[in-house]
Amino acid sequence: MIKNFTVSVENLRAAANVCYSKSKHGLLAMFANDERQLNGKFAIYCLFDGRNPKKMLMIKATIDQKSAMEYPSLTPIIPAAAWFEREIHDLFGLTAVDNADLRPLLLHENWPADVYPLRKDFDVSTIVPEAINKKIPMAHAHGEGLFEVPVGPIHAGIIEPGHFRFTQAGEATLLLDAKLGFTHRGIEKTVEGLSLNKAFFQVERICGGCTVSHALAFCQAIETMAGVDISERAKAIRIVIAELERLYNHVGDAGNLCAGLGFAVGTSNGARLKEYLMRLNDAVAGNRFLRGMVIPGGVHYDLTPELIAEIKATLDKVVVDFEQMTGLLDENDQFLDRVNTTGLLPYQAAKELGVVGVAARASGVDYDLRRDKPYSGYDRVKFKVPVQRTGDVAARLLVRLEETFESISIIRQVLENIPTTEPKLAVPIPLIKPYMTGVGWSESARGGNIHWLMVGENNTIYRYFVRSASYANWPALPIAVPGNIIPDFPLINKSFELCYACLDR
Amino acid sequence: MFKILRKIMATGNVTEPYDAMIPAPRARGEVAITGNCNNCQACVGVCPTGALTLEAGQVIIDQRACIFCGSCVEACEAGTLRQTGNYKLAQLSGQLEEAGQALRNKIIRTLGRSLAIRHLDVGSCNACEWELNALSNPLYDLQQYGLDFVASPRHADLLMVTGVVTRNLTQALMMTYEATPTPKLVMAVGACAASGKTFGTSYAIRGRVDKFIPVDIYVPGCPPRPQALLYGLHLALDKIKR
Repeated sequence: MIKNFTVSVENLRAAANVCYSKSKHGLLAMFANDERQLNGKFAIYCLFDGRNPKKMLMIKATIDQKSAMEYPSLTPIIPAAAWFEREIHDLFGLTAVDNADLRPLLLHENWPADVYPLRKDFDVSTIVPEAINKKIPMAHAHGEGLFEVPVGPIHAGIIEPGHFRFTQAGEATLLLDAKLGFTHRGIEKTVEGLSLNKAFFQVERICGGCTVSHALAFCQAIETMAGVDISERAKAIRIVIAELERLYNHVGDAGNLCAGLGFAVGTSNGARLKEYLMRLNDAVAGNRFLRGMVIPGGVHYDLTPELIAEIKATLDKVVVDFEQMTGLLDENDQFLDRVNTTGLLPYQAAKELGVVGVAARASGVDYDLRRDKPYSGYDRVKFKVPVQRTGDVAARLLVRLEETFESISIIRQVLENIPTTEPKLAVPIPLIKPYMTGVGWSESARGGNIHWLMVGENNTIYRYFVRSASYANWPALPIAVPGNIIPDFPLINKSFELCYACLDR
Repeated sequence: MFKILRKIMATGNVTEPYDAMIPAPRARGEVAITGNCNNCQACVGVCPTGALTLEAGQVIIDQRACIFCGSCVEACEAGTLRQTGNYKLAQLSGQLEEAGQALRNKIIRTLGRSLAIRHLDVGSCNACEWELNALSNPLYDLQQYGLDFVASPRHADLLMVTGVVTRNLTQALMMTYEATPTPKLVMAVGACAASGKTFGTSYAIRGRVDKFIPVDIYVPGCPPRPQALLYGLHLALDKIKR
């Protein structure tokens, strides 16, 4: 349940401070909306976690279009607000006063000043000229013997693009700054005006590895607004699908982490087991990334008895194989030497930056949306939320391994008690009252996703905001890397397993 | 050490020929047109990427733009459209298609025995990347065909480009293409790179890859499954008997 407050823009920081102090997990999302067509104002929305696990608090502050287009920055009291404010500045031209770092996040050197693409008076097909001589400074440190190592945006492996700037004191990294947003596609703008059903396909394609969790958060936001109840069987199938996504991600990540330190047997086994799971996905959903399975109103396909048997058989096979594979890691001194105490993310930093998912739980932040804000019937499934306290690469790997076995257990439980076949696996979405807003959330393999939606006329999208797990976690990377050596960067980066596409959208 | 060896022995050889695996019954591949269309146009209306057009009472599917979602098949009143599991949809173009057989043989002679591939993400959602990664897993084992991924465009013969060209990656695309020595081939991987239509029109998107650099191989799919990528590579290197 979400409690809504509206405050004047001058009181935004004070109100945020109250909500923040009352909150369990701090600021979940912060975004702007151009509501000038509705009430002549811009709005800043801040979504906080409540102290009561069932509650969330939403503050809305409005900015008059004739005013100075600014609001008090929340970053001085809530560090997690920093990147949200940069994005709001990029896309809406609203300035967070007192935020020292309003460098562009999603729009790069090529983007001209004073053009704000998420404002309603900016037409999506506008041809925007190239900016010239615009520079985005990177963080620097100066001193004798210090040097910089620029990396990317195109990397050596088959991974997504991003630019990293290391300031080095010999082999040790002193400072890391990241420039992201390279795969920014403007999805939040391209879906505006589309029907919910058509926008769904773009939502699924925000990120490949988080397809299901994005679809789930989006669908749940719609279903809450429309007030529809989806069938019990569809809920159960959604859990199975969401856990299958977590499973292939975690198994694949365990293998990829081995690649980060050159342990080829681990890499190869991880890739092999992931492939078995991808083939299972293909059998279940007709797509190796489970695309098209979770749809607004329910699920697309049923789980036939044959498929249930196939899922169980594959899991039985994979669980034994995976145990053997991970058994190769925990007795391997060379492996342990590389992962222990590497890439530390302290509890305090994880908490203040609002880090989510595996990265948070490895640093002692005990938070999982499946348990704390249950959706789709997760409250009827028994599972543990593994938490580690050391906050290093090893802890993140361990959390991932334990979660893999929990996921398998969740799928088995659900399949044992799956509600009987119902004629309608997806209920139609009725017409939603225009300009209603809704929040949906889901726990992806990387952490919590928050989707916020304002519908327009005839079930179209008026404004859509996505705070993916990686959005919340990227700012933690520059904290975890300094103090380590450059060759450990790929390892640390892989242990966080951040999506670039999820942040960039 | 003993445990590692035992695991390797126990796993054995899992590598399979690239097209050995038959797609699952639900696998969504090519949308085929069968029978007569009743001109209801429902398919054109529901397609999220505008891949379908109706010309002279006939449905035309732009395979490059199709994301295989199956919306058109469900909307089709006459039952004309049918979803198949077919993934062998790669098409040759550019140097490989237009050039005379002699030049083509020369390209294949120069590049065909050992081809170095460089991946380039120009605005992808990461799904295509994962499928490219899967090519190196022990089941597909790309290296058995004399193909391998390399770390720099300067070492590469083929660029596998994924994603719709974003404003922020246009420069990287051009610089990577320039840095790749000639003769070179370019593969547009997936619906985004091949058609640029997945996300419609946007201030942040510049479109499909062939608006910027010449493309020699198009591999449709969202994402293309590893077998579809291997089929495309085989086709380009003339390893498939036609």
